[in-house]
Amino acid sequence: MDIATHIFSALYQFGDAFAFLVLSACGLAVIFGMMGVINLAHGEFIMCGAYVTASTVHLGLPLPLAILAGAIVAALVGALVELVVIRHLYDRPLDTIVATWGLSLIATQGTLILVGSSMAGVGTPFGSFQVGEYSYSIYRLVLFASALGVLGGLYMLFNWTRFGVLARATIQVPHMAAALGVDTRLIYSLTFACGAGLAGLAGGLYAPTMTLVPTMGATFIMEAFVTVVIGGADVFLGTAPAGAILAVVKSVMTSWQGQLFGQIGLLVAVIIVVRVLPKGISGFLLRERT
Amino acid sequence: MNGLPGFLRRLEGPQTVGRGPAFWITFAIVFAIACAYPLFSDGYTVGNTVYFFVWVFIALSLCVIWGYGGSLSFGQTAFFGIAGYSYGILTLNFGSAYGFTLAALVLAVVIAALFALLLGYFMFFGRIAGVFLGIVTLAVTLMLERFMAQTAGPEWRIGAARLNGFNGMSAMPPLTIPWSGGDIVLLADIGLYYAVLGLLLLVYLGLRILMNSSFGNVIVAIRENPERAEMLGYDVRKYQLITFVIGAALAGISGVLYTAWGQYITPSSMGMTAAALPLIWVAVGGRSDLTSTVIGTLVVLAAFQALTIYGSQYALVFMGVLLVLTVLIAPNGLVLGAMNLISRLVARRSKGDV
Repeated sequence: MDIATHIFSALYQFGDAFAFLVLSACGLAVIFGMMGVINLAHGEFIMCGAYVTASTVHLGLPLPLAILAGAIVAALVGALVELVVIRHLYDRPLDTIVATWGLSLIATQGTLILVGSSMAGVGTPFGSFQVGEYSYSIYRLVLFASALGVLGGLYMLFNWTRFGVLARATIQVPHMAAALGVDTRLIYSLTFACGAGLAGLAGGLYAPTMTLVPTMGATFIMEAFVTVVIGGADVFLGTAPAGAILAVVKSVMTSWQGQLFGQIGLLVAVIIVVRVLPKGISGFLLRERT
Repeated sequence: MNGLPGFLRRLEGPQTVGRGPAFWITFAIVFAIACAYPLFSDGYTVGNTVYFFVWVFIALSLCVIWGYGGSLSFGQTAFFGIAGYSYGILTLNFGSAYGFTLAALVLAVVIAALFALLLGYFMFFGRIAGVFLGIVTLAVTLMLERFMAQTAGPEWRIGAARLNGFNGMSAMPPLTIPWSGGDIVLLADIGLYYAVLGLLLLVYLGLRILMNSSFGNVIVAIRENPERAEMLGYDVRKYQLITFVIGAALAGISGVLYTAWGQYITPSSMGMTAAALPLIWVAVGGRSDLTSTVIGTLVVLAAFQALTIYGSQYALVFMGVLLVLTVLIAPNGLVLGAMNLISRLVARRSKGDV
């Protein structure tokens, strides 16, 4: 086996890890960056997206549309949750976390009761290709491209649209934005729905690659938390570089010692980064810039 | 205020609800009923009550860290699990002769506390607070669960103790007290009931004294306003770290007692659902007071067990709804709200007498 195939294999694993970290974290990061709140029901929004995607595929919808449907349903559920619960807790961030944990319990167990302990999955599309003696799934490349696409889309949303301008104004000084006539409540609702929708998108994208069980959200949340904690409050300056760094740590540790040590590597990285850069990478970068 | 009387005067104070003869007479009556309870009940029910008591320690740990200290830790079940597994590993290797199980209890709690010291050093001296603290502790907990769940193979053994992966460890000896006429084995029965009840009394009164001492007042000051506490010359990080370690030790006691009670421990006792339950008890009870935490935990546990008869999924959905409603409607906790109402009524009546 020559060096080129080794390099390709490493790059492929890096891309796979990067896509997983960024896709699972960006919904969480959008909500965290906006409201300073961690949505512990994040994994359940991912589960919701995956379930909707799988069931619409079973109904005969093509996969891309089904993924979109998963994202939209998750966003709608997110908007509803914001309206009923989160809205009343904005001045109490810790209570918001506790309440979203309650929601996560309700969602997991409710799905278990309503849908059962597992759901028929969706086959992974596109097949695979061969480099050297290993074969690689094409769908993983699609996931990597989607992760880049999501980052690009968010960049455009927050920098080029009116919503993005208002949202950034609300992040910086909420009461000043409100005084200038921005409906900050609406912005918060839309951001929460956007974060939930991104979680649903992640669920939809990963639905063809994993078994669908009510607790599947738990496979995502640790990676998502870790990426957001290391990245800090900003999606572009935080989540993307954190995803890249952690992807290196994870893919190196995984290919060296196996899946579990990849995850332990992530955790150790977090604890060290947290000690050195308490505000995350974006806090560090922003301080350097100003 | 010196010596023992001054020490005991700390049993009541600004940081704990309940003072005066009325409270302590009620307390004595409740304790007497708790002592007499096994005489009127059968072994199974008593063992089940011990199970409730075991969980009170982890609830108290969350009460100290979250309610008094103001840092929300989601990782109490990590210390629970570490202590439980340590107890299992120690007793399976060294047996239960010469009261070693008691030494194993202490050692396991110390191991959990040391782990908390290490983790807490990185968190508090990295000035992690608020939301991030919860996330890091939760991530550590989930990691530990995943780690223990994959230790199924025969290569995962420490001495004679196999970790057994997802099925967990079992068949460790129960707590044993060495006695002149033969050791007293504390099975999940009347013996263990009195031992745990006594320990609970000690921990409860000890925490009351601690919380009303200058240490307790400082950590409450830090909860209310960390900057102000720092300006007054207190090293916030050190106090938070000590609080965290005390909490971890309490959660560790819970873990050891649980392991000794059921003679098994599994990775899922650290998982997401397990970690949520203590939070629900403490939030519903009223996190900022020891007494309301104890009452809330026992009440919610009993309700949970009654509901489990109809299916544990439904019971968990109910717990989730209860948590969300408590946070929305009574953020300080239902039991604490009721206790404050009672003490206000009592105060009004005594004012009317004068």
